[in-house]
Amino acid sequence: MSEKLIESGNSAAALAVQLAAAEVIAAYPITPQTPLTEKLSELIAAGEMDAEYVAVESEHSALAVCIGAASAGVRPFTATSSNGLLYMSEQLHWAAGGRLPLVMCVVNRAVGAPWSVWNDHQDAISQRDTGWIQIFAKDHQEIVDMTLKAFRLAELVHIPVMVNYDGYYLSHTYMPFELPDAEAVRAFLPEYDYKHTLSPEHPESLNTVTLPDARNDINGVKQGGYMEIRQNLHLEMRQAMDVWEEIDDDFQQRFGRGGTPILDPYRCEDAEFIIVAMGSMANQFQDVVDRLRESDGLKAGVLALQMYRPFPTARIAEALQAAKVIMVCEKGLSYGNQGALFADLKSALYPYPARPRLHNYIVGLGGREIRTDDLYLEMKQACRQDDQATPEQNDTPQWIGMQL
Amino acid sequence: MTQIAKTNILNLTEEEFVHPGNRACSGCTLSILYRIGLKALGRDCIFVVPPSCLTVMQGLYPISATQMPVLNGTFASTAAIATGVRAAMKRRGKKTQVVAWAGDGGTADIGIQALSGALERNEDIIYICYDNEAYMNTGVQRSGTTPQGGLTTTTPYDGKKENSKNVPDIVAAHNPAYVATCSASYPLDFHDKLLKAKEIRGLKYIHIQTPCPPGWGCEERMTVKIGKMAIECGLFDLYEIEGDQKKLSEPTAKLLKKDKLRPVEDYLKMQTRFKALSDEQIVNMQQKIDRKWETYRQEFAEE
Repeated sequence: MSEKLIESGNSAAALAVQLAAAEVIAAYPITPQTPLTEKLSELIAAGEMDAEYVAVESEHSALAVCIGAASAGVRPFTATSSNGLLYMSEQLHWAAGGRLPLVMCVVNRAVGAPWSVWNDHQDAISQRDTGWIQIFAKDHQEIVDMTLKAFRLAELVHIPVMVNYDGYYLSHTYMPFELPDAEAVRAFLPEYDYKHTLSPEHPESLNTVTLPDARNDINGVKQGGYMEIRQNLHLEMRQAMDVWEEIDDDFQQRFGRGGTPILDPYRCEDAEFIIVAMGSMANQFQDVVDRLRESDGLKAGVLALQMYRPFPTARIAEALQAAKVIMVCEKGLSYGNQGALFADLKSALYPYPARPRLHNYIVGLGGREIRTDDLYLEMKQACRQDDQATPEQNDTPQWIGMQL
Repeated sequence: MTQIAKTNILNLTEEEFVHPGNRACSGCTLSILYRIGLKALGRDCIFVVPPSCLTVMQGLYPISATQMPVLNGTFASTAAIATGVRAAMKRRGKKTQVVAWAGDGGTADIGIQALSGALERNEDIIYICYDNEAYMNTGVQRSGTTPQGGLTTTTPYDGKKENSKNVPDIVAAHNPAYVATCSASYPLDFHDKLLKAKEIRGLKYIHIQTPCPPGWGCEERMTVKIGKMAIECGLFDLYEIEGDQKKLSEPTAKLLKKDKLRPVEDYLKMQTRFKALSDEQIVNMQQKIDRKWETYRQEFAEE
């Protein structure tokens, strides 16, 4: 039977991992991910979850254990935040290059220095080019559903998936959510099956040194060099968007939730002004949009981006090209340039003839409070701004909520 | 201590687990260890290998010089990856040996954190460190186990100033299930220590001195002799630690009967890497060895 619970986001993630029957858990505690790790070790110690818990000495080793377990044919799980994710960075590339179907929760937190335990997205954004699929949850229900779907996606496309959710805003707040029936999850998520499982019966040498050029194997069949292997990762990652939608369809039929797995629009049908955001902030913008519509008569909407890598280029261009103004609000940036999402989105729209005016906002870094009033005023101003601003002014990120 | 029947050249497994031909340098003693080591380990094994000479020796994609399943992993995480493979084997109820096989860089330097973690958890794996006493795969740079005075490309004129790390001692301080030292010049001793390691549950660590012609500056045909000389002059010792028992292995133990060991200079002069050593440094080195053997003669008196 499915169950209605009111729990923290970290508990929601842990319960989803339990339902997904991950068999090897390796994690190193880091705020705000720690309660997720603790919950999993508690479930295992209490005999409620049948898995090996490996108390590793670092995040680098946490992902190493997952790499070993996944290569040896068992479904692993790990989770981290912030500097922990960065410490894993080498392993992220390794897992993706090795085409391992891993799932990891990243409880998003600002990156030091200076130390900050509070939320933003710089940790995940900084790892966007590792070859991992990156998805962002907006609420506790999405944490559960996305985690379950992530295991199936990773194992179908053989690309690791990072499930992101906001530190504190989601990880430590309590919200109601439905936990699906265990039997139904088993039917949705088949047993882990890795095509190149390490086995003495069928020995393979995985991730060996690969030359620049394609090379014949012992049977005289030409095999790709490094570049073919990497192109394959890219192409199959692009295809993962379709697979993710198919998985979501199936999930919706089984559990009754879903339908917007990549882009989740709110009041966008007739919108002239569209705000684009990732994570819990997209929910906060729903209030902003309501106010813009009700108080100011502005046809505003918010488009939550749930899949950041692969970047849904065509889908997002399709969703935004008819709007007049797009306001991209993000909790991270590519230092020295602008918001990473903003730059991606701008490049997605470039081939289309009707290009909306674009604004970029940086908000909530290091847990700086994101006040709905501030968002409302900034968005209202952007909606009303005529085209007098120079292209360079429009292209420069605005920082919301600065105190000096 | 766990007892294992001694293997000799007549009863050594004839079956080969490596293909003929590999990418090791000529005279490389790692290839001896690998070939003989696999005979002891048998087919029911999975290997975890970080970047090292072994990575190259095992072959370049899509061709392999080994018949064993191998997971190549990142430099710093050998023991952690092996932990993950072992956890998977445990989940599947398999006894398959998980063997981490790394160089001195991957073990003593960049990999020591993951190794320490696995040692503390006493993971049921065999961890082999083939110590050629510098970063040989990248072209002979100093490592934590490079001996004092040794010339490398990063200690090019006067040799390494610092002492080397004693990795087996560091490992033994974690109280793992089994610690052994080996020499590539005594491959059957290595073979039998692996047979023993297979019988023991928990972490088994085997540290092997592995002479390297381009790195040590010697003729290819001299590597086995140099390895033997390191033992005979009492510089590198073969022993095993199981529980709280330490036992010298035969090639080292038999030196206890000798009143005087060969001078370390005999070992040093066989290799160009030691040509920057001053007479004073050599005297110091000899005194250190002599002091060590004084304690050995007391500690292992009844043997």
